[in-house]
Amino acid sequence: MGRYFAIRIGRAMLTIVLVVTFAFVVLRLSGDPSLMILGPEAPPEVLAAFRKAWGLDDPIWMQYLDYFGAIAKGELGRSMRDGRPAIQLVLERIPATLALTLPAFAFKVALGIPAGIYAALHRGSAIDRAVMTAAVAGFTVPSFVLALLLVLVFAVQLGWLPSGGQDSWRHAILPIATLSLGGAAVLARFTRSAMLEVLGQPYIRTASAKGVPWRKVVTSHALPNAAIPTVTILGFMVGTLIAGAVVVESVFSWPGVGRLLVVAVANRDLAVVQCILLLVALTMVTSNLIVDFLYGFLDPRLRMKGAHA
Amino acid sequence: MPPLVSIEGLSVAFNGVPVLRGVDLKLQKGEALGLVGESGSGKSVTWLAALGLLPRHAQVSGSVRLDGREILGAGEAELDRVRGGRVAMIFQDPASALNPVLTIRRQLCETLALHRGLSGAAVKAEALRLLDLVGIPDAARRLSAYPHEFSGGQVQRIMIAMALAGNPDLLIADEPTTALDATIQAQILELLSSIRREMGMAMVLISHDLGVVAENCDRVAVMYAGRIVEEAPSNQLFADPVHPYAQGLIGALPPLDGPRRRLIAIPGTVPDPASMPDGCAFAPRCALAAEPCRHAAPSLAPVADNRAVACIRAEASRRALLGMAAE
Repeated sequence: MGRYFAIRIGRAMLTIVLVVTFAFVVLRLSGDPSLMILGPEAPPEVLAAFRKAWGLDDPIWMQYLDYFGAIAKGELGRSMRDGRPAIQLVLERIPATLALTLPAFAFKVALGIPAGIYAALHRGSAIDRAVMTAAVAGFTVPSFVLALLLVLVFAVQLGWLPSGGQDSWRHAILPIATLSLGGAAVLARFTRSAMLEVLGQPYIRTASAKGVPWRKVVTSHALPNAAIPTVTILGFMVGTLIAGAVVVESVFSWPGVGRLLVVAVANRDLAVVQCILLLVALTMVTSNLIVDFLYGFLDPRLRMKGAHA
Repeated sequence: MPPLVSIEGLSVAFNGVPVLRGVDLKLQKGEALGLVGESGSGKSVTWLAALGLLPRHAQVSGSVRLDGREILGAGEAELDRVRGGRVAMIFQDPASALNPVLTIRRQLCETLALHRGLSGAAVKAEALRLLDLVGIPDAARRLSAYPHEFSGGQVQRIMIAMALAGNPDLLIADEPTTALDATIQAQILELLSSIRREMGMAMVLISHDLGVVAENCDRVAVMYAGRIVEEAPSNQLFADPVHPYAQGLIGALPPLDGPRRRLIAIPGTVPDPASMPDGCAFAPRCALAAEPCRHAAPSLAPVADNRAVACIRAEASRRALLGMAAE
């Protein structure tokens, strides 16, 4: 068991290092922050001073080593725009993002999982077909299209809800709806197929043959088995809580981490982008670790393998 | 004596394709009946249909009476009392027949709670007794183990313990040893026979293995393409099969004593359920088939005491066999 998790934690660290390295290299190769921040008309000596001040005239490998040295000391750098610590800028934005992503996560689960289970139990029924049609529509329509559609209907046509901003709870409704619908669709499809797979297994027939009432066959025999694949997709969704709303925040002018990321990338505000990516990688990796742990909890067969691995 | 189970005209179709075409079968209390036939002949479907265990899209008709009471199309609550309580079933592949994420204790005690109303310490004591009865060593410790921690033979023993938990009058064993090693097969069959004797329980042994059926059953019904084609006491069927298909099956068995002889295979293949021939389903493969065989499907008719066969050429077939034996 200990080794099982040691291997996974080692892999997780490697993932984070790779993400950070990739972001570091790509950001530095794809544009000059001094030009982005000071503008192309800035005098050459100002640009040079800016580059020197931020260490941008060092060779890239040296910048890279400096960056990792700083991370080891717990320093994530400062924003090139206002000089404040990048981590502080990012942390300030997290509550706004969570205000969208947490309720959206709850709605996805509350909507998607029951819909998937219901569809599987009534396979081929009109409701199953309706759920599946909605699910396909839900995850093929990109979130910015859905967002614009919702704005068009509820803000422009009906005038019930504001189309952007963060002034009251009513401003959160459309962004949360956009995030929830797509996620619920994915979850419904996943849950349905996991459930169908499990319902076809011989042990379900055994349970029925023992005289277990159907409702209990579903709750105590089918659901615990169907939970195993469903947890995978849930873990992925938890991983996107911090930065899963980039598009939606942009469409609805919601001042969260996602919008900070868009602005920071456009400005090549290196420290801020790297700080956000590091945070995203950390949440992704952590949620993956939690999923691995839950697998062991949900599936005794994996527990055994883990113990012997 | 009124039969324990009486099945009449049981028919099953999947999406309009008939797989069971009017099965009539009676089973006495405490009797061991063997059900033989090739894969797809309807052996398992007969009992899954009788217990309402087929998927919902299956169209089932006919009558299944348990102690005179109709159970086909009965309400779920009544069927749940019958299933596992009066009629228990064990399946071919024990490894996948137990829920992988639940302990043996959960799965075994579930049946005890449902059908015996036991709870608390009584459930555990009874669960231990059952595991002991089916020969699981160290039952007290093994109760909290999961199915994957047992071997195939042990899992089948646990399945049998679960089946016995409701004190059933009838145990349907659907190919209980097909997925097991030959030595384990013999042990499981021995276990089933001894338990049946002790508990006075009736048993239906579904198998494509004629040897298994011959050793363990009082009576045998041979199925072909969704119908019963011959029914007889085991010893008589093996000594003197009447239906040409039953003759074919037995002719394909190697004799244990006497000179070696060439094994005779039945020519042709089982007809596709979607395009059954008119008349007798076996006619296209039957050496004795005559013109009338191709028009009307024969029904099961008595040929002697306790014997019935569905073949209009039964007499000719019997003569042919006797003739062969005389040669």
